Amino acid sequence: MSKHSSADQAPIPTAPVPPAHWAASYEEEPTQASAPPQPNGMTALKPFGWAKDNLFNTPLNTALTVACLFLLWLVVPPMANWLLLNASWSGSSEACREAAGACWSVIVVKHRLIFFGTYPYDEQWRPFLACALFVAMLGASGVRAFWRPWLAVAWTLTLVGMGVLMWGGVAGLTYVPNDRWGGLPITLMLSVFSIALAFPLSILLALGRQSSLPAIRTFCVGFIEAMRGVPLVSVLFMASVMFPLFLPEGVTVDKLLRALAGMTLFTAAYLAEAVRGGLQAIPKGQYEAADALGLSYWQKTMLIVLPQALRIVIPPIVNQFISAFKDTSLVTIVGLYDLLTAATVATTDPEWRPYFAEVYVFAGLMFWIFCFSMSRYSQWLERLANRYTRR
Amino acid sequence: MTNPVQALNSARVRGWLYQALFLACALAVAWYLVSNTLTNLATRGVATGFGFLHREAGFEIGESLLPYSASDTYLTALVVGLLNTLAVSAAGVVLATVLGVLIGIGRLSSNWMVNRFATLYVETVRNVPLLLQLVVWYTILNRLPSPREALEVLPGIFLSNRGMKFPVLVEHAGHGWILLALVAGIAAAIAVVRYGRRRRETTGKPFPTLPAVIAALLLPPALAFIVTGAPLAFDVPALAGFNFEGGGSVTPEFTALLIGLSVYTAGFIAEIVRSGILAVPHGQTEAGLALGLSPGKILRLVILPQALRVIVPPLTSQYLNLTKNSSLAVAIGYPDLVSVSNTSANQTGQVVEAVAMMMLVYLIISLAISGFMNWYNRRVALVTR
Repeated sequence: MSKHSSADQAPIPTAPVPPAHWAASYEEEPTQASAPPQPNGMTALKPFGWAKDNLFNTPLNTALTVACLFLLWLVVPPMANWLLLNASWSGSSEACREAAGACWSVIVVKHRLIFFGTYPYDEQWRPFLACALFVAMLGASGVRAFWRPWLAVAWTLTLVGMGVLMWGGVAGLTYVPNDRWGGLPITLMLSVFSIALAFPLSILLALGRQSSLPAIRTFCVGFIEAMRGVPLVSVLFMASVMFPLFLPEGVTVDKLLRALAGMTLFTAAYLAEAVRGGLQAIPKGQYEAADALGLSYWQKTMLIVLPQALRIVIPPIVNQFISAFKDTSLVTIVGLYDLLTAATVATTDPEWRPYFAEVYVFAGLMFWIFCFSMSRYSQWLERLANRYTRR
Repeated sequence: MTNPVQALNSARVRGWLYQALFLACALAVAWYLVSNTLTNLATRGVATGFGFLHREAGFEIGESLLPYSASDTYLTALVVGLLNTLAVSAAGVVLATVLGVLIGIGRLSSNWMVNRFATLYVETVRNVPLLLQLVVWYTILNRLPSPREALEVLPGIFLSNRGMKFPVLVEHAGHGWILLALVAGIAAAIAVVRYGRRRRETTGKPFPTLPAVIAALLLPPALAFIVTGAPLAFDVPALAGFNFEGGGSVTPEFTALLIGLSVYTAGFIAEIVRSGILAVPHGQTEAGLALGLSPGKILRLVILPQALRVIVPPLTSQYLNLTKNSSLAVAIGYPDLVSVSNTSANQTGQVVEAVAMMMLVYLIISLAISGFMNWYNRRVALVTR
């Protein structure tokens, strides 16, 4: 398994898989496996006993607990004061200057800019609707009962719908060119499109890497290793400055598409390694049985190998999606207007300049909510996969 | 007799055909792209080739490990950028490993509070983009008080909006000798380890390797230190007027990048360490206890050798990621390889050459790191028949 070679959100092999009879309760915390063993079922009733077992059982642990409590005492009261108690929640920047705590009114004033960038102000219900549609579809795609062919149709319709909403130009909507787009829609669209486009490419690359034809194998290995050996920033630079040179004179591709192409190629190389892990996990007997049946290469691949391999690689794909989601923030370097750029722009307003921390906390929270829920989801998927393979 | 039609049924012949077809397509695409590029460059009047490397760069670089000025060549500028990348990556790898191992052990702690703290750290740091974290660190460092009201985080170490100031050793002739003694000590330690292993393997008699290694490493430099007259004078930074004088310093850009990279990567390393230790079955610890080994010996002789096998491969990719992520320096203005290449490309217009060189250098760095870690991995890997 090439589990370890995937991107930086590489699937961390979690605790040893629990025996099958535990699997029914996979909602339990993943850290449970590492949690201290509970001596008996009575601990919940005896807080002092629990504290003695879990906080003060050895001199070292007692010292650590005291150190942690001291740290909490140092950090929590000032943080609570800043975040909540002394914070100013509305009003002008003057009100903020008088308040000792955080200035959340900067979020109230700037949230439209942070979420939607320079999209025309009166039309911002369109990106809002597009994002809501998108998040709803993402949520629905996580439900196993919906993993049916119609989901692909629904996604196609969603993407078309999003395109109509964002660009407009039909059905009475005014046209908004895509260099006015910004904020959350850019982050969401770049990450989902780059994964969706990279996925088929990565399957071809992984198959090519396993191929017995040396020319094709060399090409695929070279591409994958070259992409994985260089930083995404340099790929994005290449996409933004060298793409225009590659194309015939007079043909131009806009900035968003160029960044998307760069991210797709980059993601495909990492995904290809995940898919290769899946391909390698299939017992050799499956390949041999397919050969014995006289199936051709493509019949064997499409009917026997991929259906089994892709099921194994669903969790790494979700992890790669989290990586791609975080990596979209890098497009700010090539001048695209994603959520992070929008947040940075919001902090440059002279009136609200002192309140950068609030804006970054807010933007960080947005990213965190998406990434954390997806990583929890991928852990759940992993346990689900284990339930079917381990009996 | 095989006629051409029958030959097509042979898998080998078809394999060659497919490859020829693939190569032809690849070459056609490559030719198309290259010819387009050349035409485009010609119409824009951009020179090609690497001649620009020997021309005067004409831009200053904020910090450099080499003596550098604007009148030096582009090649020198790029080397300065590369050294900056290597410097921040090397420091980051060390810091991230130390922090990551501590937090990974913290996640396994039986102390509920330490456990929760470590989990909170990992879940926060891993789920927020590195670029956002870097920007936050940089903004914080830039809005620190001026040198006159600098924060003294540790005695002698000052943080201000001009970066971090710290004491450095005053140069002394004895330092060379101490360094030489240290090299000799390292050589002696390697010899001791080899001898100890050979003796254990041939005679079965244990050898106190650890104390011997510590003695071999510490004694020669300590002796040299005393013989040369204990040269231990520090140059402590002191406030003079509006800025500090004396001591060593690092810029806010470097500090922000180092903190950001280490804190982010430590979150991933912590998870790797945790899963590596968890991957060692509990029976191994119990077997060690049954043999009467002390807890320290169980950790060192039973658990760690097995855990390292699981830890080293993903750790390698984290080190690679850290090095590649150091390219985000361009966002906060630290003059790393990407940033210098970018400036050079903008000034000369020779984008293709600059980007190609930058990618090539990163590839070489990646290959070097993975080569080293593969070598180390082979040493800790399970040896089977």
